[in-house]
Amino acid sequence: MKIRLKVWRQRGPKDTGGFKSYELSVSEDMSFLEMFDVLNEKLIREGKDPVAFDHDCREGICGMCSMVINGVAHGPRPATTTCQLHMRSFKDGDEIIVEPWRARAFPIIKDLVVDRSAFDVIQRAGGYVSVRTGAAPDANALPIGKDTADIAFDFAACIGCGACVAACPNASAMLFVGAKVAHLALLPQGQVERTQRVLRMVDAMDHAGFGGCTNHGECEAVCPKEIKVDAISLLNRELARAAIVSG
Amino acid sequence: MQLDARIPSGPIQDKWDKHRFELKLVNPANKRKYRILVVGTGLAGASAAATLGELGYDVDCFCIQDSPRRAHSIAAQGGINAAKNYQNDGDSVYRLFYDTVKGGDFRAREANVYRLAQVSVNIIDQCVAQGVPFAREYGGMLDNRSFGGAQVSRTFYARGQTGQQLLLGAYSALNRMIDAGKVAMHTRTEMLDVVLVDGHARGIITRCLVTGNIKRWAGDAVVLCTGGYGNVFFLSTNAKSCNVTAAYRCYKRGAGFGNPCFTQIHPTCIPVTGGYQSKLTLMSESLRNDGRVWVPRNPTESLKDPREVLESDRYYFLEERYPSFGNLVPRDVASRAAKKVCDDGLGVARAEVDGRRNAVYLDFSDALTRLGHPTIADRYGNLFDIYERITGESPYTVPMRIYPAVHYTMGGLWVDYNLMSTIPGLHVLGEANFSDHGANRLGASALMQGLADGYFVIPYTIGGYLTTQHRGPVSADHPAFTQAEDESMARTQKLLALQGTTPVDELHRRLGKIMWDYCGMGRDRKGLEQALQLIPELREQFWKDAKVPGSGSELNPWLEQAGRLADFLEFGELMCRDALAREESCGGHFREEHQTPEGEAVRNDDDFAHAAVWEYRGEGELPVRHKEELTFEYVKLTTRSYK
Repeated sequence: MKIRLKVWRQRGPKDTGGFKSYELSVSEDMSFLEMFDVLNEKLIREGKDPVAFDHDCREGICGMCSMVINGVAHGPRPATTTCQLHMRSFKDGDEIIVEPWRARAFPIIKDLVVDRSAFDVIQRAGGYVSVRTGAAPDANALPIGKDTADIAFDFAACIGCGACVAACPNASAMLFVGAKVAHLALLPQGQVERTQRVLRMVDAMDHAGFGGCTNHGECEAVCPKEIKVDAISLLNRELARAAIVSG
Repeated sequence: MQLDARIPSGPIQDKWDKHRFELKLVNPANKRKYRILVVGTGLAGASAAATLGELGYDVDCFCIQDSPRRAHSIAAQGGINAAKNYQNDGDSVYRLFYDTVKGGDFRAREANVYRLAQVSVNIIDQCVAQGVPFAREYGGMLDNRSFGGAQVSRTFYARGQTGQQLLLGAYSALNRMIDAGKVAMHTRTEMLDVVLVDGHARGIITRCLVTGNIKRWAGDAVVLCTGGYGNVFFLSTNAKSCNVTAAYRCYKRGAGFGNPCFTQIHPTCIPVTGGYQSKLTLMSESLRNDGRVWVPRNPTESLKDPREVLESDRYYFLEERYPSFGNLVPRDVASRAAKKVCDDGLGVARAEVDGRRNAVYLDFSDALTRLGHPTIADRYGNLFDIYERITGESPYTVPMRIYPAVHYTMGGLWVDYNLMSTIPGLHVLGEANFSDHGANRLGASALMQGLADGYFVIPYTIGGYLTTQHRGPVSADHPAFTQAEDESMARTQKLLALQGTTPVDELHRRLGKIMWDYCGMGRDRKGLEQALQLIPELREQFWKDAKVPGSGSELNPWLEQAGRLADFLEFGELMCRDALAREESCGGHFREEHQTPEGEAVRNDDDFAHAAVWEYRGEGELPVRHKEELTFEYVKLTTRSYK
């Protein structure tokens, strides 16, 4: 099949950037990133500048890949990262527009590559249980109901790709932050630091320049791991609880 | 090259305790005076950096991804072994030790493996305390499942995302230490060289992948946790950025490289569909718990809808050949069996590659009938989804098609019992070392080893190095740093000067094909000798005709790739040399010349019960093969049989 690509090209953080068009023949069994590999090999052979994009595991778990495809973060398939999207999701003759994540807190480094270090900064502000190596009790000392463990797991499944931010009109990171806060607030191990954690993480989120949530739900719609906006409800509830508990 | 494994004396169950007592301690107040450089943030690197930070050391930690959370440990699916015996099914530290030595086809060091089995139980405790959401039973206790190569259920798991959850646990521990100011994290930073002062590893040279800035880092010890080299095959289950560069540069500076030919081919991966293929996706081994592997007995049925092939016409080749382990035979055995039926013309892939239909079925219809859709969805739902996304077919209704792919490398830099390489001060952890898996790694053991090394071994043994061998402070102004930095810069310039016509990926693909054809699942003398001619030719072509676009002062993924391929093009040769020298079949190393009439591997314990350790002798010189003789006092050397 033949496709027409319109790709965002930007030489560096200070360049204004713009779209460039490319025509390409592809197989429907190719992944979306393999399609970019083919494009880049072609550009390199022609002596042109290939397109920089982030990618690594190419199996939907590392969270590195990050493309807005036809206006949707990670493209048209639900619960699917860019690297797991295949060309069979498109038709012969389609025009496909590819852009980077766009958010003030995620500055563009080059072409489709953005700087997501703000996510790490938030995680460092308490996204952990303070347990020193070697200080842990026997793993079965503390039973956790399967239902609770399963819900905690659903939130823990976040891959930190940032699609939620890219999709949100406010560039809010509340789904991302809510997922970690909810994961640890639901488990007994997370209780001791529960109050501090949510206060510090939300503070870090605000400082990083992410917006607030106004209930669009776009984040849930694009999340490749299907994290529900319940994470945001839980985050708000945890925040309210912390405000009361900490006076 | 001196290979002293420094195995403590005494009975195997007491060695680690005794050694921990004998290791000299660093005074708590003095720990902050030492700077440790940890390279890599997978399970080994993140857990090591976090734990060393907790102990009070100053740590600089480096990774090539944009966040430490993205290291490739994240992609491990199936689980992590531990001798908890929560299932009351006869497991013990000794049994895990025994299974691992046997599973490694008697090519691992007993003392290291025993320690691994001992600390396995602490790992699970640690991870649960961090909030890792392992699978649980309704009573609230941890659940286990069985895995290849074992007859007990000792594998802890978190759906099909165990690696992710364990890595996020280690990442959170690392974050805690970054938050506390004990670890400085450097992302999008690649190690280009190790710096030796007076023969000791005292620093590294890095390149910032965003600005291209080349920088020196001085420290008191280097801890290398840079993973495996499976991408030498181009197609593998590794992430695209996995590479041998850091380990290979250490080898070129004098670190012995152990058993480079020991690579693991994982039996259950999604088959290749075309020439543009950029990577292969693993389907967790845990699927073999409930899936049955088969092909049609009759080649004329290879393209028939598998649901219409009569039961009597199906060849369940693992169950028939290995009745006691059945579909749960170890990975090397399962992979070779799949290759054999495909070589015999029974493969079922839709696309032909080199005249073969390289795929077999992994069928869940029996399990779906027996356990029902919800149970299967609970156990394997996300794996089935991955499969469906990639192939367009649902394993709930049609059997999966699978084929072996390169997955893990048991070989790596040689280390002693303290995880120190032949370069004093250079410690190597996780997949990057050669240590615990012998010639074949059992499933769910990689996560165990990475975390054992990082959480529970290096925090003790590094103190031993610092108190007895380490020699005072060194500054990054030392001439050795200047020299190493100059060399790294020159090398980068040399790569950027490559303005030929062939893209780097294309050359990498050619190297991958040579490696897969001649140093893959089956190897023989003729093929390996052929590869040893082809690789230098390809290397010459790379340095003549590769095309590296862009500059060195910006984000340039093609420059990164070119640097990594340049090292793979030398390293591939070392693998073939090692495979050629090892005149036996063991674990993942199958020499066609050494097999029984039924096609089972024939090991040669008289001549090869050793680890092969290669020493670099300079440009254009042949490397020298040294031996670390392995002695088996506890696990009796037997023919590994899963029949």
